[in-house]
Amino acid sequence: MKHAYTWGAIFLMVTASVTGDVLLSKAMKQIGDVGDLWKNHGIFRVVGSVLRHPLFALGIAAMAIAFFALLFGLSWGDVSLIAPASASLTFVGNMIAAKLFLHERVDRRRCIAVALVACGVVLLAF
Amino acid sequence: MTFRKYLVLFGIALFGSVGDSLLSRGMRDIGTVSLTHLQSLIVALANVWVLGGIVLLIGFFATYMTALSWADLTYVLPATSIGYVIIALIAKFVLNEQVTTARWIGILLITSGVGFIAGGPVLTPLPDHQLRESHPEHEAELASVRGPS
Repeated sequence: MKHAYTWGAIFLMVTASVTGDVLLSKAMKQIGDVGDLWKNHGIFRVVGSVLRHPLFALGIAAMAIAFFALLFGLSWGDVSLIAPASASLTFVGNMIAAKLFLHERVDRRRCIAVALVACGVVLLAF
Repeated sequence: MTFRKYLVLFGIALFGSVGDSLLSRGMRDIGTVSLTHLQSLIVALANVWVLGGIVLLIGFFATYMTALSWADLTYVLPATSIGYVIIALIAKFVLNEQVTTARWIGILLITSGVGFIAGGPVLTPLPDHQLRESHPEHEAELASVRGPS
């Protein structure tokens, strides 16, 4: 049963985390380079436009779910299983979601980098 | 990519990895959280380690949002995975945990993945029509590149 809870928490965390990352990335791309925004309009404009963006709120909600799923999972299972499993699955999930929903150009270089990192993260558990 | 942008990416890796380590240390004090006693997650928020972890994760968040405003998600995530290497090095040299051969290989793979992505493009260029909509000030520049249409 403990095993099922652990993997349930991992699955919930990966799904929520990928959703959150995609939403936040979309929001920040629409807002534009915050360095330029800060230089031209000041920090309050930056904070204001980020906090007022509707996708930002949704992204934060998804991230909060992922955060509590992580806390929940960490209390049940081994950190050496949960951390690498959720991290490597999140990398792969994000690559697919970024290609599908953000239309990022995921070339061979990025695929190889994601694969190397995902494998490396799994190996860290041993 | 300016030096300041690399600093932002390094901030993501550092705040994220150290923040996660603090959370993990804090949850060791809290013990098992069962589905029927979810209120212990609220108790966890009063733990010093968990609180410290949350403060660092706020720093992580600020730098992460900054990076996402000028770089692709598929660039930022692999580039900042050097944080896992930071965790492993903390485990080895601060917590005196044993780092196995498999872990060193993992560290090597992550580092090479980061090196791989770092040399590539940071941002997927916008299609022309979207660029015109979101950055009308670049219209003249675009026209000069494209030539008269």
